Amino acid sequence: MSFKSRGLALALGAVLSMAALGAAAQTQVTMYYPVSVGGPLTQVVDKLVDQFQQANPDVKVNAIYAGNYDDARTKALAALKAGTPVQTSVLFSIDLFELKDQNVIRPFDDFATTPEDKAWLQSFYPGLMDNGRADGKTWGIPFQRSTIVMFYNKDAFKQAGLDPNKPPRTWTEMREAAAKLVKQDGGATSRWGVMIPSTGYAYWMFGALAKQNGATLMNAAGSHTTFDTPKTVEALQYWTSLAKDGLSPKGLIEWGTLRQNFVEGKTAMMWHSTGNLTAVLKDAKFDVGVAPLPGNPTGGSPTGGGNFYLFKSGSEAEQKAAYRLVRFLTAPERSAEWSVATGYMGVSPASYETPTLKSYAAKVPQTLVARDQLQVATAELSTHQAGRVRKVLEDSLQSAITGQQEPKAALAGAQAQADRILKPYQR
Amino acid sequence: MNDIRHAMTSRSFVSRPAVHAWLMLLPALVLLAAFTYWPIAGSVWESLHTQAPGVDPMFSGADQFAALLDDPVFLQALRNNFWYALVTVPVSVMLALAMALWVNERFAGRGLLRLAFFTPTILPMVAAANVWLFFYAPDIGLFNQLLGAAGIAGRNWLGDVETVLPALMVITIWKEAGFFMIFYLAALQSISPEQRDAARIEAPSAWYRLRRVTLPLLAPTTLFVVVNALINAFKLVDHLFVLTRGGPNNASTLLLYYLYEVAFKFQDISYASALTLVLLALLALCSALQFWFSRKRVHYR
Amino acid sequence: MTIAPPRLLLPVAGWLAGLLWIAPLLLMFWAAFHPDGDALRLSFDTRWGFGNFPAAWRVAPFARYLVNTFCIVTLLLVLQLLVCTLAGYALARLRFPGRGLVFAIVMLQLMVMPEVLITENYVSVARLGQVDHYLGVALPYIGSAFGIFLLRQTFMMVPQELEDAARIEGLGRLAILLKVYVPLARPVYTAFALVSVSYHWNNFLWPLIVTNSVNARPLTVGLQVFSSVDQGVDWSIITAATLMTSAPLLIAFLLFQRQFVQSFMRAGIK
Repeated sequence: MSFKSRGLALALGAVLSMAALGAAAQTQVTMYYPVSVGGPLTQVVDKLVDQFQQANPDVKVNAIYAGNYDDARTKALAALKAGTPVQTSVLFSIDLFELKDQNVIRPFDDFATTPEDKAWLQSFYPGLMDNGRADGKTWGIPFQRSTIVMFYNKDAFKQAGLDPNKPPRTWTEMREAAAKLVKQDGGATSRWGVMIPSTGYAYWMFGALAKQNGATLMNAAGSHTTFDTPKTVEALQYWTSLAKDGLSPKGLIEWGTLRQNFVEGKTAMMWHSTGNLTAVLKDAKFDVGVAPLPGNPTGGSPTGGGNFYLFKSGSEAEQKAAYRLVRFLTAPERSAEWSVATGYMGVSPASYETPTLKSYAAKVPQTLVARDQLQVATAELSTHQAGRVRKVLEDSLQSAITGQQEPKAALAGAQAQADRILKPYQR
Repeated sequence: MNDIRHAMTSRSFVSRPAVHAWLMLLPALVLLAAFTYWPIAGSVWESLHTQAPGVDPMFSGADQFAALLDDPVFLQALRNNFWYALVTVPVSVMLALAMALWVNERFAGRGLLRLAFFTPTILPMVAAANVWLFFYAPDIGLFNQLLGAAGIAGRNWLGDVETVLPALMVITIWKEAGFFMIFYLAALQSISPEQRDAARIEAPSAWYRLRRVTLPLLAPTTLFVVVNALINAFKLVDHLFVLTRGGPNNASTLLLYYLYEVAFKFQDISYASALTLVLLALLALCSALQFWFSRKRVHYR
Repeated sequence: MTIAPPRLLLPVAGWLAGLLWIAPLLLMFWAAFHPDGDALRLSFDTRWGFGNFPAAWRVAPFARYLVNTFCIVTLLLVLQLLVCTLAGYALARLRFPGRGLVFAIVMLQLMVMPEVLITENYVSVARLGQVDHYLGVALPYIGSAFGIFLLRQTFMMVPQELEDAARIEGLGRLAILLKVYVPLARPVYTAFALVSVSYHWNNFLWPLIVTNSVNARPLTVGLQVFSSVDQGVDWSIITAATLMTSAPLLIAFLLFQRQFVQSFMRAGIK
């Protein structure tokens, strides 16, 4: 080989190895996230992540779609146990105690050193921070948050002689409206008045009913539940009365098919996550109204959805990069973009001031209902061993709704089991 | 001859057959040990301890098993699995036999019929479950649409405690019967023409022939198919993930699904190990039954 | 053996029965080709369209899932054939102390399915660092007692003279195995391959646990994760996705029907 070509080869090799080194010098961040509402949301996430990577070329993000909230938690925990680095993930806001107990997360305060960082920590809606704070520190940052809202079919309202701009505001009003909206066809019901899903996240719906009746389901420390107080029993009795009186179908109402039922006109009203808004508006061929949930007498809804958590995994540099990712994705502009694409709420007051959300809210005022409901929002059911406690409550709710047990007995049973599960934490 | 062979042996082979044997068996034995026997030992160990998120692990003797007996969900899963096996096994086996006898006849389109019966087996269970979700959905699902057209009120098949387990059984039978049909077909076709003719001479009545001649000859296949169906009744829970997740109120939960929930959703390894041992015991029972029956009752010509 | 009903009854009843049996699949087919909420409407004036398939393709990386499934199944099959051939030959032809015991240990595994041992196996695979990798999905199934048994029976039926003749020619043991036994067992290999491939193509629970991301996720898990009920069931897209995930095996089956059926039959008789 001549000197020139040898020199060229050397230079090429140097450039290549520098590029390789450069690539290797990129910090890798892995995150799991769930999608729990309709739509091609993985693409939206990919777009947002791309924006971050372009603004931060030294970080490479691996965003992994993991199914629903349960699946995402299972996957993230499994990966952590197996030693695979997972620096951050979007998980259920109510997974907080479980993740803390497993000792896998660290508070965001660790990285929030500058005044801007500290301001960022305070910039979110207080109602959304309830499930993310413990021991005076912030462990969960809101990302895809929602409240339950009542979707209703304005055309059906007009047909039944109800004012489409005056949705029911109290439990009694809802029953009366539902009774007028039920349509019979021969012997069978062709349209129901209202449907509240009792699979998937039944405990979430129940949390709303309880709050509307003035009760909470657990204490702030997550160590004690209050499932069978008189007010919570009343809430369940109201729920079961809907089917008994023919306003709702008997048996379980499936979370997954509820949106389709509403869109096809099989029910005039439905309680569902605001995260479904965009998908509902797209598919419905009628005028869709969105209202805050009715109260008894004050309204209420638990917040729901997913928070970002920071995991004790990977190097400090990687975790710092993950922190930057979370800051970027929850910034007002990105939160606004996410909200428009999904129907989830903007997570900070600033996000509603961005041009994106301002113009969207002008076109689609329904999107503001969830945010306005924050004033009467309550924390979602969150305890130690949350998965187990949730299952115990859900089983009892389903047993009452399917008529196997009376509400009082069902909830008493759930409370007893929850007490047993939470005993080690009640020191 | 022996001398030549001996001479060849000492030149071509490096060492004795025993060493060869162990070397050839090594991969299989290592894998079996690692993924069958070690896990069993591990489960026994774990089930004697208690650990939960936030609570340190400690030895607890038979506590996990006592908790099993106290656990309404476990007992429900056991009951469900029992009924599930009791119904799906005989029905799919009998259906498979009927299908095989039918398809064995000569008539136009029997190849297509055989194909139609066997196709559900080729689908993954999750795909089959998705298809049936379509059928079972109340209000908008197909069954209730058809029933509605006939003027009958449809039920909430998957959301009603009374109908959910039968609804799942239907899907399993639909999927498995065709699979077992193939084994019966093979057995039917291996009955030689001489036997068939001899039987026809001895006993002209078709029904009599079926009972006294065909069925006994099919006994080994029946045994094989029944045991397979029994094992599948415990092993195949994919459809629960798609359709009911064990609900409503655990009315459709099966042992293996509960095991998955406890191990991977609740992260309770100790309790999961106790459940694993229960499942193992049940499967061992099935195999023991197979072994015992194959010794006693099977009739070979 | 023949029951003698009227001539026409049997075929007509047969076609009806077949149609009824396959109705769910036909309906899935229908829904997959009817986009935009028409999926559940069974009238003739609804529009047909291919729109669901690209939509489903966009929402989840089915191409990747297909590749994963193919790789997992192939890797597993190759390793199974290797391990089971060696073990089957050793148990069939080689005399050594403890042979009976080893055979019993292998047969015992037929009673215990990897499905039941998911918790411990997950921990083992995690320790080996193979979570979310093809090998991790394959590992618990490579040592297949069924395969070893099948091959042992087959090898035992090979006439001893053939091996002796090869030995006289000066072939080593492994060469004999490769040149004499394996070619003779080809139908059994085909049968085992088809049974193994169709079982593991459709396997769900273990891959669900041991894969976390699109890295190694196979079609079955991809389908379930994608149609996870939380998202709200979009029938058109789900049926299209279901059709896509079932199609490869279905097409292979339709093309190689006879071989499939014979393989299962052969596997059963043994």
